[in-house]
Amino acid sequence: MATLVSHPDEVKVVTSRLGKGAASIDRYLELDGYKAVRKALELGADGIINEMKASNLRGRGGAGFPTGMKWSFVPKESAKPKYVLCNGDESEPGTCKDRLIFEHDPHAVIEGAMIAAIATGAHAAYIYIRGEYRYLLEIMQKAIADAYAKGFAGKNIFGSGYDLEVYWHGGAGAYEVGEESALMESLEGKRGVPRIRPPFPAVVGLWGGPTVINNAETLASVPHIMLMGGAKYAEIGVERNGGTRLFSLSGHVERPGVYELPLGYSLRKAIYEVGGGIANGRTLKAVVPGGSSVPCLKPDEIDVALDFDSMMKAGTMLGSGGIVVLDDQTCIVKFALRTIQFYRHESCGWCIPCREGTDWLSKSLKRFHAGGGVAKDIDNLRYLAENMLGRTFCPLGDAAAMPIIGFVKKFREEFEAHLDGRPCPFEKHGAPNALPVLSR
Amino acid sequence: MAEATQNVTLTVNGRSITAPKGTLLIEACKQHGIEIPAFCYYPGLSLQGACRMCLVEIEKMPKMQTACTTPVAEGMVVQTETEKIIQARKSTLELLLANHPLDCPVCDAGGECELQDMTFKYGAAESKFIDIKSHRDEQQWSPVVFYDRPRCILCYRCVRVCGEGMDVYALGIQNRGQGSVIAPNMGDKLDCEECGQCIDICPVGALTSSSYRYKTRPWEMKHVGTVCTHCGDGCLTTVGVRRSENGSEIVRCDNRDRSGLNDDFLCVKGRFGFDFGASPERVTTPLIRRDGKLVAATWNEAISVVAENFQRVLSTSGGKAIGVVGSNHTTNEENYLLQKFARGVLGTNNIDHHRTADYPSFARAIAAVKAETASTNDVAAANAFLVIGGDLSEQHPLLAWHVRTAIRQRAARLYVINSSETKLDRKAIGKAHIGPGSEAQLAAFLGGDDMAAMRLGANAEELGAVRDKVNAESGLVVMLGAEVRGHALDALIAHFTPRGAKFVLLGEYANSRGAADMGLFPDLGPGYKKIDAPGLDLKHTLEAAAHGTVEALWVVGANPAANMANPAAFTRPFLVVQDLFLTETGAQADVFLPAAFAYEKTGTVTNTCGDLQRLKKAGDVSGTKPDFEIILRIAEKMGADVNALVPFRGQTVADQGQSRGVQSGEADRTSVFNAARGVASRTSPLDPTITLEEIAGTVTGYAASLLELATGVAQHTTLVQIDAATIPAHPELVSPAGNGLFASGTMGRYSAALKAVAAEHTKSPETVGAD
Repeated sequence: MATLVSHPDEVKVVTSRLGKGAASIDRYLELDGYKAVRKALELGADGIINEMKASNLRGRGGAGFPTGMKWSFVPKESAKPKYVLCNGDESEPGTCKDRLIFEHDPHAVIEGAMIAAIATGAHAAYIYIRGEYRYLLEIMQKAIADAYAKGFAGKNIFGSGYDLEVYWHGGAGAYEVGEESALMESLEGKRGVPRIRPPFPAVVGLWGGPTVINNAETLASVPHIMLMGGAKYAEIGVERNGGTRLFSLSGHVERPGVYELPLGYSLRKAIYEVGGGIANGRTLKAVVPGGSSVPCLKPDEIDVALDFDSMMKAGTMLGSGGIVVLDDQTCIVKFALRTIQFYRHESCGWCIPCREGTDWLSKSLKRFHAGGGVAKDIDNLRYLAENMLGRTFCPLGDAAAMPIIGFVKKFREEFEAHLDGRPCPFEKHGAPNALPVLSR
Repeated sequence: MAEATQNVTLTVNGRSITAPKGTLLIEACKQHGIEIPAFCYYPGLSLQGACRMCLVEIEKMPKMQTACTTPVAEGMVVQTETEKIIQARKSTLELLLANHPLDCPVCDAGGECELQDMTFKYGAAESKFIDIKSHRDEQQWSPVVFYDRPRCILCYRCVRVCGEGMDVYALGIQNRGQGSVIAPNMGDKLDCEECGQCIDICPVGALTSSSYRYKTRPWEMKHVGTVCTHCGDGCLTTVGVRRSENGSEIVRCDNRDRSGLNDDFLCVKGRFGFDFGASPERVTTPLIRRDGKLVAATWNEAISVVAENFQRVLSTSGGKAIGVVGSNHTTNEENYLLQKFARGVLGTNNIDHHRTADYPSFARAIAAVKAETASTNDVAAANAFLVIGGDLSEQHPLLAWHVRTAIRQRAARLYVINSSETKLDRKAIGKAHIGPGSEAQLAAFLGGDDMAAMRLGANAEELGAVRDKVNAESGLVVMLGAEVRGHALDALIAHFTPRGAKFVLLGEYANSRGAADMGLFPDLGPGYKKIDAPGLDLKHTLEAAAHGTVEALWVVGANPAANMANPAAFTRPFLVVQDLFLTETGAQADVFLPAAFAYEKTGTVTNTCGDLQRLKKAGDVSGTKPDFEIILRIAEKMGADVNALVPFRGQTVADQGQSRGVQSGEADRTSVFNAARGVASRTSPLDPTITLEEIAGTVTGYAASLLELATGVAQHTTLVQIDAATIPAHPELVSPAGNGLFASGTMGRYSAALKAVAAEHTKSPETVGAD
């Protein structure tokens, strides 16, 4: 169970019920629970989608696609059943926000999924939870059972005449399944490898039916948007980036944890004020701002607003909102190695550039960090990563390539310091474990 | 289903091209001569987008796109060879080669490897990687399939051809990421049909076959396209032969060039069952029985003994004392010549062969209602199938492949009515069980007689549902198992013909249909023409031989002793056997003449659908001769007019040897030259083409284009003009051999590969009535 943290700059929307026992359905009802879905039933599909569009809510999984627009792509008429899918396969390193929602506010996800279903005309919703989150799956199972017991799910929900089945599904332990089409394969009982797109899920998704698939945080935001209204939600954030975002602050900061900040909040403030600055009186070396899959920023690059567009302009990405802070005692080569080992382990192996590229980056970096590096390795690492970028079947290859390109580009001197059989300069100076830990 | 095809116009590399809407970009480009490389894309199988070799740039798309998954669109602007694309392909190859063992000098695929070819094209020659390659040990998955994991590039073609193509699903992917491997789905051995399609389709040397691995370099082989010698489907096959100390050795069969009516399909028999030709038990010298023992003799001695004895019987007891048994394996020309010689020179109509299906009744039924027979191409193009009896997957693997492909790619409809379960049943949308031997009642039920269901031993409701559906189909291809015989054929064909159906009667061996068409019958001549004074059928010939009224028995490429209880039928008469091995029949011969088999001669065969195809000689084994030559030499020795038997032109010219000239099936360039100058050409009496011309000119339904035939194009023969009224029915004489996937009569029994596979699958070829 994660300890909850708090900071005055936070705007608590999605996290408003955290720590208040809302996993209990009765408590959830006391905290305005299941009011939004009733309102949604009155609004009807078009009304819901208009509110969603007005909210400027963008997908919280990492890609930042406008949610209202995504829902509007689902065809009104379909020969095959339509589905709503909650992507709760939260596996991005440095990202631990969905798990808080599942633990403290599971009904918000269910309610969000219900609203998405009503908006798109789906009569079945699946909540897919990462396999390693076993204890959260149990919480979700109970929440769904409770919703059924109250008549909120199943036939004729809330007496509206609308039928909606809600199911849970546990993953089997694959980062790749966080990719929406791979998740659908997994849910269908197949190997978790991504599908060819187009067709996109909104047209051909789960079991061939039109499917809306949203991140857990996205769906948990939906009931709040319904209750406060899309326009009001949009006001919290900045232009084209409505609302708040859960940021998982980890690494060498004084106060790591999950904070809900309005979009557009300053990255510098997030690290130095919300996070309390660099731990142990050290200085900042780099920050990986969007989970592990994005290029890092150097200390002189952190005066940037935390929203999708500003981060893109800064040459990196907002991603999953996982901010990994590295102090001056961190070996970037070792961090790059640790990062690529993750992707090597998690590559599904479907396509050549990702399968072979992550393996060779991993092999090379391991040898390199151990003192076996040769000069041409540095360019080769970058060559390899750049040749993976944009050529793989799914974004996992890009996610593996982007941080490596960033590290080699921005910290070349650290790579050079490892050359000619020299031991890692950071381990020599006795830093016991230069790798950041995700939470303390 | 015929929708007007809408074309779209797009620009590729600055060229405007047109392609039907929905065509994949990679295919549209290929049709216009623009090559886009790919490993995982394979026409006809599901799309993968996994190898990333076919990345192209499409205007308005930010990222490069895979041409194998992108359908063409109006106004699309595509670049396929920009610097960016070439770099992407090159780096993908570099990544593949980083772990791929560079054992090309010993790899089976060396020289015909797609990874080699692409590396050559994109020049990923510099090795950037200095780390150790990942290695995994090689595995043997079955008696014929080996997997070398480090060589595998994970294109998943094998997985798809096994699952989607064969409907077997023996292969899958294990582990993930760099640890991904192809692996059997059940344990560490393949539970499959051993077709070897996975090996064939592998772009590199990851999957190799026991028969070919480490045996030769591809360029050391001669590649000869001919027709498979096993079942009645008549797949084209490319035979790879090498020189050996006693002639030549066949080391591989495949249809990699996707020519002919089988595309790239071959089954276990076609792909691996060629080794019987090189069996140590193959007889390579004529044998004469002396003092009760078969001893080696020269061809001249052996032919003389045969001619003298035939002459003796002929002069003392007349032709009716001679019995002739023809073959389901020998060529049409050989069968035609055999019956012509038997009837004309030996003066006997005691000629027959092992009937594996009731072709006379089929011919009569087809002709009676002016029905159409379905060619293999008709089967491949059909959208609805009705299979009555038989077991397509076991006995007609190619037809089963075509049915499955039609179902998979075009949602074709399959109906099965059978007395036993078959693998193909699970693909059927309508299925009914009937009692064994009740096929004759089926037409009555289909025609509306509900009471017939009782007599059929069928569930009336189940069968009724199938009836409603099949009766509503037009353009049905009806495939009839060998158990459908006699008047059942007449009734079923009469029932379906008004509904636009086409028909196939399933017979077992490579030339079962041809043997029937060529008139290896006591009462029917070539083209099912009635013989006025019928001779004895096979059963009665053998009985007469046992009783001494048939004094000389000539068995050409058959093994009647395997199914005949009375040994006197073979010991009492003067017995001549032409075969490859000392079979049950051959071992009792007075004179044994070692014959060549299909891959060692030219001629034509007719498959179960009636498609006429030409054999091309691939190799030979010293000491053996084609049956055509043997028959003719016996005739000549007996003083027969050779020119009357084979109407060759001009004087006799020497055959140019078996590996060149007429026997090789090559065009006779001298004749072509002479014909062009208006000079009458001379031809060899040993040239079966002369007999083929005679067949094409005289046998009803065989008026084929000889030129197309010579170029490998199957010619569909017809039965419709045959005089139906004069064909007697003898369904009782039909006895299918019951060869399954791993059995092929005599040939299967002497094939080490098929025996090994059969042992693995607990099916014994020895139990099969062989010939």
